[in-house]
Amino acid sequence: MNATHEVSDERYIFKPETRSKLLILLAVGIVLLGIGTWMAMSGGEEHRGGHAATTVTKDMVASLDAPATEAAAGEEHHGSPAWLKRIYTTLWMNNVFFTGLGLIGLFFVAIQYAAQAGWSAGVKRIPLAMGHWIPFAGILMLVIWFVVKGDVFHWTHASLYDKASIGPDGTYDEILDKKGVYFFWPLDNGSFPAFYIIRLVVFFGLWYMFFMWIRKEMLAEDVDGLNTHWEKARKYSAIFLVFFGVSSSVAAWDWVMSIDTHWFSTMMGWYVFASWWVTGLAMITLIVSMLKNSGYLKIVNANHLHDLGKFVFAFSVFWTYIWFSQFMLIYYANIPEETVYFIQRRTVSPYSWIFFANLILNFALPFLLLMMRDSKRHIGMLKIVTPIVIIGHWLDYYLMVTPGVMKGEGSIGLIEIGMAMIFLACFLWVTLSSLAKYPLIAKNDPMLQESLGHHI
Amino acid sequence: MASKENYLVGIFDDEDVLLSAVENIRDKGVKIKEVYTPFPVHGLDEALGYRRTRLPIAAFLFGMTGTITALSTQIWMLGFDWPMIIGGKNHFSIPPFIPVTFEFTVLLAAFGMAGTFLVVSDMKPYKWPRMFDNRSTDDKHVMAIDLAANKISKEEISQILKSNGASEVNEKSY
Repeated sequence: MNATHEVSDERYIFKPETRSKLLILLAVGIVLLGIGTWMAMSGGEEHRGGHAATTVTKDMVASLDAPATEAAAGEEHHGSPAWLKRIYTTLWMNNVFFTGLGLIGLFFVAIQYAAQAGWSAGVKRIPLAMGHWIPFAGILMLVIWFVVKGDVFHWTHASLYDKASIGPDGTYDEILDKKGVYFFWPLDNGSFPAFYIIRLVVFFGLWYMFFMWIRKEMLAEDVDGLNTHWEKARKYSAIFLVFFGVSSSVAAWDWVMSIDTHWFSTMMGWYVFASWWVTGLAMITLIVSMLKNSGYLKIVNANHLHDLGKFVFAFSVFWTYIWFSQFMLIYYANIPEETVYFIQRRTVSPYSWIFFANLILNFALPFLLLMMRDSKRHIGMLKIVTPIVIIGHWLDYYLMVTPGVMKGEGSIGLIEIGMAMIFLACFLWVTLSSLAKYPLIAKNDPMLQESLGHHI
Repeated sequence: MASKENYLVGIFDDEDVLLSAVENIRDKGVKIKEVYTPFPVHGLDEALGYRRTRLPIAAFLFGMTGTITALSTQIWMLGFDWPMIIGGKNHFSIPPFIPVTFEFTVLLAAFGMAGTFLVVSDMKPYKWPRMFDNRSTDDKHVMAIDLAANKISKEEISQILKSNGASEVNEKSY
């Protein structure tokens, strides 16, 4: 029982076949995006239910002064054509979604260290490799923000803060002017959003630094086998978790909630995190299952898969809890400035099916399919459920971002699917090529023996 | 006084000795009634050849009972039997029913599972648990062997127990 097991060295090889598969995925994505753009430009799938949706939105906000002016003002300055707005929206939405996958890689590793978890020692390299996406996501986030800001972020328009234009036909928005400091401090409202950009840069900078520090200790441990590396990684992890607790919430307000500028929800930070977290767990589980199927990760057995499956199961339920908590409060209080968020998403035609699909894909299916002990222990079942969860939460992000920008003109077509495929191919490329750079098994991890004897 | 049930009780000091003893003793064809340990010993269930518990299935059924009871009660009461307007919502509106349904599901699943567990593990309220050796609550592992269930003689079993590392072998009758 207490015998120490010998672990053979294992390395992941990023094979040419895998590379070409990812390149095909990327190429198909680009082609779909191209065809979709061409179709949208030539006006094929426009105006489905668009007018009805606009009417609903206006009725909803009719009782409030400020949002009414927003709706009026909104039509004036939202300049880009619908097809371009669609590309901008899906660009932003996919980047926020995949940023989460990279971040959760780091978050998962940090949780394992802070909790001194033993079971996960054999799989920790996979979330670590996912963390390599963070710097790419950061650069993309900054670049995309400047490209899409005029269309995606209503609050960036200077005319909203122009006090000379007060009145029913004016563009001045008192609510936004009062919130403005959160975006523009220390500059004037309506100028350059310095505070917002500083937060974005600082968050990504610190996330990346913590990632590099933790990674350095993990890899140094492979060489000299000193336990001090584990202790240092644990220290960094604990500090990172405190920082991440705050920054993930603020990031959710900045990158997701500020799209629906007048709307606010105190649950949004948790909601975005819960969605990221369960998607990340599903992605880790999926990659582990794939690697195991191709003969890697010999030390990972049904007990470790069981734990990963439990994570996906439990946090699917957690996400549902957060989803319902947000919905329930808004539904019951029935305040128009809050309910408009759900009315847009539940009653407007392109979104209403996603609204319910969201709950089925992200709650009902994982809940029922992963409930049995045996289903969490079988790779086959995990490989069915985790893609469902990943796609389901992609739709969840679609539903968070798109209605606020596209109003009634949003849809899921070739543009959205193509863009998702491009991002997925890039993300997997970065993850797998990073995974191939260091040993797949941390043979000097002080927790490895516990992981080998893990039994549940 | 003639006893109805006669047991041979082996005492073990170490869980590793106990685990290999359980395997060896079962290999020799001796049927073990139960093993009592002061703390959970990993692998003991498998060594004893126990089937996995079906308690989760009971929990699921009790939970479903809770879900159905809570939902149908609320729908019938607030929707049909005595419709009331609460918070300006429809009489029949699912969202406000969900918290109650959730709580009742958890309550019935927990009560049902705990109750099922007590009944199947013979810890009913009117039942006094049988202690083969009080030291199983402190520092010894206690293996109970029902002599009536075994065809092998008492002396032979006693010998097998000792040769497999039992620090003492006692007889116990009820």
